[in-house]
Amino acid sequence: MTPGPDQLLQVYATMLRVRRFEERARELYAAGRIPGFIHLSIGQEGVAVGACAPLRRDDYVLSTHRGHGHLIAKGGSLRGLMAELYGKRTGCCKGKGGSMHIADASVGYLGANGVLTSGCVLAPGVGLSIQMRKTDQVVVTLFGDGAANRGPFHEGINLAALWRVPAVFVCENNFWASTTAHELSTAGGSIAARAAGYGIPGVTVDGNDVLATYAAVAEAVDRARRGEGPSLIEARVTRFMGHYEGDPQGYRSKQEIEAGRRGDPIDRLRRHLAQQGRLDQAQAERIAAAVEAEVQDAVDFAEGSPRPEPHEALEDLFVHYPWSD
Amino acid sequence: MPVMDFGEALNLALREEMRRDPRVWLIGEDIVLGVPFGVTKGLAEEFGPERVRNAPISEAAIVGAALGSAMTGLVPVVDMHFADFVTCAMDEVANQIAKSRYMFGGQVACPLTLRMPYGIGKSAGGHHSNSVEAWFVNIPGLKVCIPSTAADARGLLKSAIRDPDPVLVFEHRGLYRVTGEVPAEESLVPLGAADVKRAGRDVTVIATARMVGESLEAARQLADEGISVEVLDPRSLVPLDRATLAASVARTHRVVIAEEGPMRGSVGAWLAWVVMEQSFDELDAPIARVAGPNIPIPFSPPLEAFATPGAADVISAARQVLK
Repeated sequence: MTPGPDQLLQVYATMLRVRRFEERARELYAAGRIPGFIHLSIGQEGVAVGACAPLRRDDYVLSTHRGHGHLIAKGGSLRGLMAELYGKRTGCCKGKGGSMHIADASVGYLGANGVLTSGCVLAPGVGLSIQMRKTDQVVVTLFGDGAANRGPFHEGINLAALWRVPAVFVCENNFWASTTAHELSTAGGSIAARAAGYGIPGVTVDGNDVLATYAAVAEAVDRARRGEGPSLIEARVTRFMGHYEGDPQGYRSKQEIEAGRRGDPIDRLRRHLAQQGRLDQAQAERIAAAVEAEVQDAVDFAEGSPRPEPHEALEDLFVHYPWSD
Repeated sequence: MPVMDFGEALNLALREEMRRDPRVWLIGEDIVLGVPFGVTKGLAEEFGPERVRNAPISEAAIVGAALGSAMTGLVPVVDMHFADFVTCAMDEVANQIAKSRYMFGGQVACPLTLRMPYGIGKSAGGHHSNSVEAWFVNIPGLKVCIPSTAADARGLLKSAIRDPDPVLVFEHRGLYRVTGEVPAEESLVPLGAADVKRAGRDVTVIATARMVGESLEAARQLADEGISVEVLDPRSLVPLDRATLAASVARTHRVVIAEEGPMRGSVGAWLAWVVMEQSFDELDAPIARVAGPNIPIPFSPPLEAFATPGAADVISAARQVLK
C-alpha cells in the first residue's frame, strides 16, 4: 500500500513541517522562549508521518514524550502546539500540559505521555470503545523501544489481542532508551518478534523509509478496520538529537549520529520523488516556503499570545466541582 | 423499605445504572462469577459478556483500558478486586486518570468509577487488608467516597457512575454482608453530602466505613453513662461536606475522628486539620483520633485484632475529649 500521487506530496510536506517545527522549537528553547524540557524527534519523521498519514481525522493516536511530530502528522494545530510549548493560554492545553503532555482531541490525538508505555494500556480501551460504539475507527499507539520493556506494553497488547480491538501498536525504535543502548536494555533483539507471543502480526520496517512505514501501518490499519484485531510494527529509526534538548550525549558516538543523518528520511523521500519525476526543484521550494510560513505563523502566534493568569491553575481539574473544600 | 446487604445494594446500583445507560460497562478480574464478594454476580447474565468483562490479571491494562474507553465515550466501572492491587495500576490511576483532563486543558473527560474493595478482617494478611483511601485523597483530580451502609453504598455508587469525573468508591469488605434498609424507589446519594448517623450533644465522632458501625456501638454504650454521642459519616472525602462537619462541631464542641487505616498521614489527619481550621473557636478540647497502628496488617488473629480499631477505642477517645 502506498500513498496516492497527491498524498505523496502531502507526506513530504508533513515530514518537512515536523522537521522545521522542531528545528525552530530547538532554537526557541535555546533562546529561553520555551520553559521546561523538550524531547525532539528530528530524524524520526518517517515514523510520525508513516504512522499517521494512513489514518482518518476521526481515528485516534496515543503518543509519547517525543510526540510533537505525531501531533503535527495527525493534523493537529501548529499554533496550538507552539503556544503550548511556550506555556501560553492559547496553547492546545491552555499551558497546563507542555511538550510532554500535549493533546489535540479535535484530531483524535489523545495525548502525549510523560510516563512511557502508558498509551499501550489505554489503547485496548479506546479500541473497545470503537467496538462498542460500532464505528470503524482505529487507534494507533506509538511508543519507544525503551517503553517496550515495561509491563504495561505486555498487558496492553495481550488485552488488545484478546479482545481483537482495532489497534495498531507502533514501536519507534531509535535504539536508545534515554541514555541506555538498545542491546543493554532489550533481550531478544527484536520488539516485533514479541507479537508472536500474543498471536498477532509483528513486522519490522525501516522507519527512515516513510513509504515502507506507511505501507506497514496502512496494512495494519486496514486489518484493524476489518475487525481482524491489532498488529505490532517496529519501525527502526535514528534519533538525531539527544534524549532531551541539552543532552550532551557523551554516551554516544558522533559516527552513529553522522551515519543516521546520511539516511535522513526527508532527503530520502525527496530524492525518491525527484527520481520519479513527482517533485521538481520549483515544487520543493514552494513546499518549503509554505512550511516555513506555517511554522513562522505558529511562532508569531505563540509569541503574541498572553500567558495564563495564575488563578487559571485551578481550572479544568474536574468537569463538575461546585465545592470549595 | 426493603432490607438487603451492602453487597446486594451495590449489585442493585450497577444493575440500575447499566439498564439506564448503555455506555456503562464493567471490567475486573472474576466479575462474571462475582468472585470473591458477589457484588457483580448475575450481571453478565443480564447484560452479556460485552458489558461485563472478565479481565486477565493485568491491573494496569484493566485501569488503562477503562480510561481509554472513558475518554472516547464510554462509562466504565472497574472492580479492583482488592484495593491493595491498585499498586499495580498506580500510574494509570495517579498519572493518567487523575491528570488527563487537567493536563490537556479540559479537552477530555474521564467519567469512570473505580470500585475499591478494601479493609481489614478474616486474617487476609498484608496484601489483602489495607485501607488505602488516604493515598487517593492526596491525588488532585480524583473524587473519593466511602459508604458505611447499604443505602449509601447504592446511592453513592450510582452517583459515582453518573459523575462526569473519576470517582473511587471504597467498599469495606467487612461490610458486604451487613444488612440495612434500602429505599424501594431509585435513590441517589450525592457526592459531598455528609450524614449524621446518630444525633448527639456531647461529642461528635467523625467516622468512615466500618468505623461508623463501631462508633454507633460506642455511642450506645456511652449513652448508658449519660454521654450523648453524635456520629457523623462524611460519606465522601473528595468533595468534603465541610458545612455539615462545622454544624456538628458547633453543637458538640468536642471531636473524635475514627478511621481504620494507619494513623500517619491519613484521612483522619486531614479531617482534623479541616475541623481545626474551620471550627477552632468552637472546640472545647483537642481533637482525639482513632486509627490503626503504623504497621502493615499482620496475619495471625491476635496480631490482626491488635491492628483493628474498634468501639472500645472510640469510647476511650470520647472519654479523653470529655475530660
